[in-house]
Amino acid sequence: MTTVASPPRRLGATMRRDRWWIQPVFVVTSLTLFGVYTIIHVILNKHYTITAGGAYLESPMFSPDLPKFFGFNTALPWAFLVLWAPLGLRSSCYYYRKSYYRSFFLAPPSCAVAGAARRKYTGETKFPLVLNNSHRIFFYFATIVIGFLWYDAIRGLFYHGSFGFGLGNAIMLINVLCLSAFTFGCNSWRHIIGGKLNCFSCSDTNRTRHRAWQRVSILNGRHMQWAWISMFTVWGTDIYIWLVSSGAFTDPHHVF
Amino acid sequence: MSETLTAGGTRKLQIWRGDLTSGQLVDYELETEPGMVVLDAVLEIQRSQAPDLAVRWNCKAAKCGSCSAEINGKPRLMCKTRLDHLPADEPITVEPMRAFPLIRDLVTDVSWNYRVNEQITPFTPRENLREGVDVLNGDFLIDQSETDRISEFRKCIECFMCQDVCHILRDHRMHNRYYGPRFMMRIASLDMHPLDGVDRLDQIADEGGIGLCNITKCCTEVCPENIHITDNAIIPMKERVVDQRHDPILKILGRTPNKGRSKPPARSATPEL
Ligand code: SF4
Ligand code: SF4
Ligand code: FES
Repeated sequence: MTTVASPPRRLGATMRRDRWWIQPVFVVTSLTLFGVYTIIHVILNKHYTITAGGAYLESPMFSPDLPKFFGFNTALPWAFLVLWAPLGLRSSCYYYRKSYYRSFFLAPPSCAVAGAARRKYTGETKFPLVLNNSHRIFFYFATIVIGFLWYDAIRGLFYHGSFGFGLGNAIMLINVLCLSAFTFGCNSWRHIIGGKLNCFSCSDTNRTRHRAWQRVSILNGRHMQWAWISMFTVWGTDIYIWLVSSGAFTDPHHVF
Repeated sequence: MSETLTAGGTRKLQIWRGDLTSGQLVDYELETEPGMVVLDAVLEIQRSQAPDLAVRWNCKAAKCGSCSAEINGKPRLMCKTRLDHLPADEPITVEPMRAFPLIRDLVTDVSWNYRVNEQITPFTPRENLREGVDVLNGDFLIDQSETDRISEFRKCIECFMCQDVCHILRDHRMHNRYYGPRFMMRIASLDMHPLDGVDRLDQIADEGGIGLCNITKCCTEVCPENIHITDNAIIPMKERVVDQRHDPILKILGRTPNKGRSKPPARSATPEL
């Protein structure tokens, strides 16, 4: 006699017959590849700016250019001094939490699929996962980095001081737009800007914040999509700049 | 629509039969009509082949939340799941919800949910909303912006499928540590109400156990009313708990959420299953 209606405890036990495992496999593969790629390029520490022909296009993984800014030279992976903020934002982001709890922690791997057996489940109540409650702190720092990326994208439009536009510029602009759409759809931001209010109509300030909250809610509704899109645009932008700056091909652009 | 798209024909069902001590999936076969839902098929089997089959239902219009079951492994309302939306080449499995004690066949005892609900202090009007506004005298008219946010939560039909799919209850059986998504949402709807006078943040963080939720969103995936339980109720409540307990900047500034609200009366421990 099979007693299937008792709670299944074996990892992966489910009565589902669809291919629920595709999503976790995709998430694990792409997040791992992205992480490994980022670490490799940051440690390699070169080929992150296009300067040929008066251009100045800088990879989003290496911005702001601290060595240039403070006038020092180092072979050490200095980019981590900045990257902790956007990477911290992503690793404590409510969407990414969902995806890694499911795909890496198997808690649960998919809905109505039994997760990894744990002696004691504590969710986000114990160290280290309780630290995910500091998400808003990473948000504050990550917005500063977004500011630098906008600066880079606009600065890139000037070649020796004259306005120009090319494939690299388009990629940089699309990237910073997608990153902004991701960052400003953040659940913590949605809370801070207006969600925390209990009374939207009680004052003029509250009414303004309610309107802002509505706007952020629109971005927030697509937060997962923006999380993936912007991860791939950062990745793509960095690959493009790496290829051009190492001489694989030249960036097609026109200076007006 | 063409005949083949909605066509009935012979379908196989595997329905869980048994009680808490033992049970098994039993095969049934029946002639179906175009447009039939799983509940139709189950009731037809009850009528013609298994008069002792226990199944709970009421409205057959996806509004009473009685016919929750697990169909092909996923929590769904039997009355809202059309046979022609399920793969025709394999039997349809119909099982009771797993997070609650089984009574018999497809019927589970969901009374734990009602005991949890009793722990939550109901709406209590506040008197001190703003200087010069006498709430009890009707000086405050609720604004559309406030109801827009809360009315989503009022769509809940208490089918308890979100509770059933939540791994904290389903897999970890922590019914005495976590209220479950449906009641996270009930507390959210009270906390976001401008006129409510009770501060339930300690309750949602301590007995309610909101920290156990790892926002994996299965509750949202199964909700037949498409309520964004995680995004619009649980995450905002987690952020309010961060305001109250974790944000160092707010601590330094001495800002606490829910000023002017009173603490709720003492609760008993979270009910056991
Ligand atoms: S998001 Fe939270 S409440 Fe909803 S199913 Fe997941 S763990 Fe449970
Ligand atoms: S929130 Fe949705 S899934 Fe949960 S009990 Fe209410 S209607 Fe059912
Ligand atoms: S960045 Fe995703 S929730 Fe804040």
